[in-house]
Amino acid sequence: MTQAGTSTQAPERLPEEPASGAETQGTETQGKQTQHAQAPVLNNAVPVRHPGRWISGFVILGLVALMLQSMVTNPNFRWDIVGTYIMDVKVVQGVGWTLLLTVASMAIAVVLAILLAVMRQSDNPIFRWSSWLWVWFFRGTPVYTQLVFWGLLAVLYPKISAGVPFGPELFNLSTSSVITPIAAAILGLALNESAYLAEIFRAGLKSVDKGQTEAAEALGMSDGKIMWRIILPQAMRIIVPPTGNETIGMLKTTSLVLAVPFTLDLTFATNALANRTYQPIPLLIVAAIWYLVITSLLMVGQHYLEAYYGKGVDAGQAAVAVNPAAARAAAAVAAPASILPKEESR
Amino acid sequence: MTAIAEKPLVRIEGLHKYYGQHHVLRGIDLTVKQGEVSVVIGPSGSGKSTMLRCINMLETVSAGRISVDGELIGYREVNGRLHDLKKKDIAAQRRDIGMVFQRFNLFPHKTALQNVMEAPVQVKRKGKDFARSQALELLDRVGLGERANHYPAQLSGGQQQRVAIARALAMEPGLMLFDEPTSALDPELVGDVLNVMKDLAKSGMTMIVVTHEIGFAREVGDTLTFMDGGVVVESGDPREIIANPKEARTREFLSRVL
Repeated sequence: MTQAGTSTQAPERLPEEPASGAETQGTETQGKQTQHAQAPVLNNAVPVRHPGRWISGFVILGLVALMLQSMVTNPNFRWDIVGTYIMDVKVVQGVGWTLLLTVASMAIAVVLAILLAVMRQSDNPIFRWSSWLWVWFFRGTPVYTQLVFWGLLAVLYPKISAGVPFGPELFNLSTSSVITPIAAAILGLALNESAYLAEIFRAGLKSVDKGQTEAAEALGMSDGKIMWRIILPQAMRIIVPPTGNETIGMLKTTSLVLAVPFTLDLTFATNALANRTYQPIPLLIVAAIWYLVITSLLMVGQHYLEAYYGKGVDAGQAAVAVNPAAARAAAAVAAPASILPKEESR
Repeated sequence: MTAIAEKPLVRIEGLHKYYGQHHVLRGIDLTVKQGEVSVVIGPSGSGKSTMLRCINMLETVSAGRISVDGELIGYREVNGRLHDLKKKDIAAQRRDIGMVFQRFNLFPHKTALQNVMEAPVQVKRKGKDFARSQALELLDRVGLGERANHYPAQLSGGQQQRVAIARALAMEPGLMLFDEPTSALDPELVGDVLNVMKDLAKSGMTMIVVTHEIGFAREVGDTLTFMDGGVVVESGDPREIIANPKEARTREFLSRVL
């Protein structure tokens, strides 16, 4: 039987003997009888019973039911107010600003983090040292303090000018026109985050086997190409999950931009409405619902990023899903003997 | 065997290597002629891999010189003084030297085909179509044409190593270095890799092969070098040395591996 030979060579996702009926359908005329004659009597053992699972399931269901009941019957939740404000213009705009703050500051932070992580392992001692110092400073001071500082930058330096030291001035701008509240908020969040992300990226880069660099070097690739095409894509597999974590963290840290002060984000918007209506609880619920919705969307994005960077490494399924060519090749392996790869006929 | 030119392709003279205080290579001399298959054997820790890695600058040289095709590796000489080459120039020298590693070191995020195409496209700036057909041809040559779209994790060790050989050949090197290419393989997979290497030797490729496969040395090798303790103990015709080792240390080593 050549088919037995194929299934040993095929990727692990292919089922072994018992489930192989689907595969053999194409050649059933001669395949079926022998297959059935050989089919073993399955053990069909009685599985271990788990009464604890049922008991804990009932207890938790009961608690959830109680909570739901209280949420419905307790008038203090004021679901009517939640309903009124969930799509309020101010709230939806707040969602937009919060998203913008999150995406913009994470984008800047990721670029800075790659740079910092690469600098940290550079041959150039100046780069290594500056990267270390950056991480030390921005990780070592509270993000709230940094946000206040960026908001006060115009007080510290009323004008931004550049020129040759002790020589002529090239340009001169008023600080408050460049560092607007949104710019201060994004900068403050991004620079702080870059320090944390730099450590995540450094860990990711270190996780890639040294043999990868050597193989690429032996092929004559330049350092830049080795980093960008060989090391970083593999490091991303390690980097994406904690970075997703950081992004979700960032989503909620944006509520601190009040320190700048920047006053359009979701938390500020719902707080302002709560203060106006004297209804803090329903508006907190409004904010919580929106944060949950955005977090869920981010998690979907993270799932796809992980699948993309896990190709070739994580379980066969994901790899095949991402690379249609690999899927076709895998199908070819599973197919009947006519298109067997040559080396197996040896 | 194919004709071996008189012209030396690789010349290693007085090669020393220190790791801190540890003196790993203690004056190695080795000449490999164009088209020659030079097999290097020796116990682990004898420095044979280190010597091989010096040839393409994966290790820096502490003392001595290596030249490939008349070109000094890793340095340029100005008024009798050696200057380190820039990374860019080292990379350029490496392009003509293929290397196959014990642990394969395929790029796991790329398919077999993409692994083979990577360097021709990214380093030699070949067109993708050209590189693809060249890569498919090479994969066919190592018996893996049907596996072109598999990721390394979907291939056996022997298949991975053959892809690694194809990947090195895609740069059309004038010299191939093999660093224990079969040591990480299950015994039944060793043969496929050795067969590919035999074909390569027959095609006239200059090869330096660090290995424990004495059979390969006897069958394919043009010269055999036995290293121990960072020095070359004995060197010469493989069949002669294997049948009739002159040095006691060679005899002792061979008696343990044969």
